[in-house]
Amino acid sequence: MSNVPENLRYRDSHEWIDPTQSPSPVGITDHAQAELTDVVFVDPPKVGTQVSAGQQVCVIESVKAASDIYAPVAGEIVAINEALGGDPGLLNREPYTGGWIFKIQPSNVAELDALMDAAAYGKHIA
Amino acid sequence: MGARMVPFAGWDMPVQYTGIVDEHKAVRQSVGVFDISHMGQFIVSGAGAEAFLNRVLTNNITKLQPGQGQYTLLLNGLGGVIDDLIAYRTSEREFYLVVNASRIDADWAHLETQLNKDDEVLMANASDFTAGLAIQGPKAREVAAAVFGDAASFPEHNTILVSMTGEGPMWLCGTGYTGEEGFEFFMPMETAEAWFRKIVDAVKAAGGMPCGLGARDTLRLEMGYPLNGNDLSEQRTPLQAGLGFFVDLDKGDFTGREALVAQKAAGLPDKLAAFRMTGAAPPPRPHYPVAFAGEIIGEVCSGTQSPSLGAGIGMAYVPLSAATIGSTLEIEIRGRRFPAEVVKKPFYRKPSV
Repeated sequence: MSNVPENLRYRDSHEWIDPTQSPSPVGITDHAQAELTDVVFVDPPKVGTQVSAGQQVCVIESVKAASDIYAPVAGEIVAINEALGGDPGLLNREPYTGGWIFKIQPSNVAELDALMDAAAYGKHIA
Repeated sequence: MGARMVPFAGWDMPVQYTGIVDEHKAVRQSVGVFDISHMGQFIVSGAGAEAFLNRVLTNNITKLQPGQGQYTLLLNGLGGVIDDLIAYRTSEREFYLVVNASRIDADWAHLETQLNKDDEVLMANASDFTAGLAIQGPKAREVAAAVFGDAASFPEHNTILVSMTGEGPMWLCGTGYTGEEGFEFFMPMETAEAWFRKIVDAVKAAGGMPCGLGARDTLRLEMGYPLNGNDLSEQRTPLQAGLGFFVDLDKGDFTGREALVAQKAAGLPDKLAAFRMTGAAPPPRPHYPVAFAGEIIGEVCSGTQSPSLGAGIGMAYVPLSAATIGSTLEIEIRGRRFPAEVVKKPFYRKPSV
């Protein structure tokens, strides 16, 4: 069974965001990494980019396919996880910790509440 | 078996069971089993079968003794590749052809047009009632011994063993699409489920696992084997695809020969080159643009991340000037160009023990 941490919020396209941190780290869920398997490359967004909620911001590549990653909320990309450049497999091994992809400074915190909580996301992938 | 399914040439096929990289490594290091029931099988027999097949296929089929097989190509009149296949001689007057799933209908239609009224040839399409498994990897022999015991010996490379059983005919072919030792096993559809269970159990007992189409693709591409539809098409000849070794221009006339001779004399317009990404880059994938000396000159035919090499690899048709080993190409991925080097095939060589 996939791990779905309680403290995170989720998008239906399988991104997570941690609303308890500011700026908020974003990654892909354990379920998503298990579906993709074998992530081999992360094409990160540019720091300083303003994005809207649901905007495609970067691409992760597994052996199988290229997958778009969407911003869960609007805001500014303020950091990217440099470690993924040398070790993209972090996304598979530690999807909620070492495998975060970028940090976003939300421009409208109300958007965080519109995302799915753990219970809703758990149902979404059941 | 927890597989993820995709439609492929009219079949629901497993892309992966556990993960492409794990499955790939199982085949390189121990053994994997692939469902290849989608593949097509034609039985061509009769006093005129040898002459007929030599007239429509590029390799010299008269060189085959009963029990032997060869990789060969079926061409159109312009020398374009309709299909690549393996032809086995099962007896003096009977041949067993294993063809690509996506080309069964095209191959059959073409063969029928090539048949003359006075040819003493019978053709049977066994594709719909034949199931198949490919057992591939260094432990394939162990699996064969566990499953067949003394009832069958291991088919050596490019050989075929046919046995008539109470359940119908079975074909054991010493071939594969992975670069590893192994065999393909074709059997009547009704007997498939029992065989599948038996073989999957034996593969697991040997430390291997069931594998899907995803691993089949990464394994074959590491060897530089072409995939029809990606790397082969009716618009290009086997000479352009680098398959001249399987074309015997001296055996007498065959469909497409004239075009190949003319192309050879005029010089090839382009050639299938193998390339490897040279730095950190996303994996190259089919249809990505390929540039040489700043200009877009073609597109990726096959491309993937090589699990054995940990690097992106691919093949593309490029002008001869760009095809020399060591020349630098650029692969355009989402608007950015990443460098790649033209390399010799195969991409992957088994480490010598």
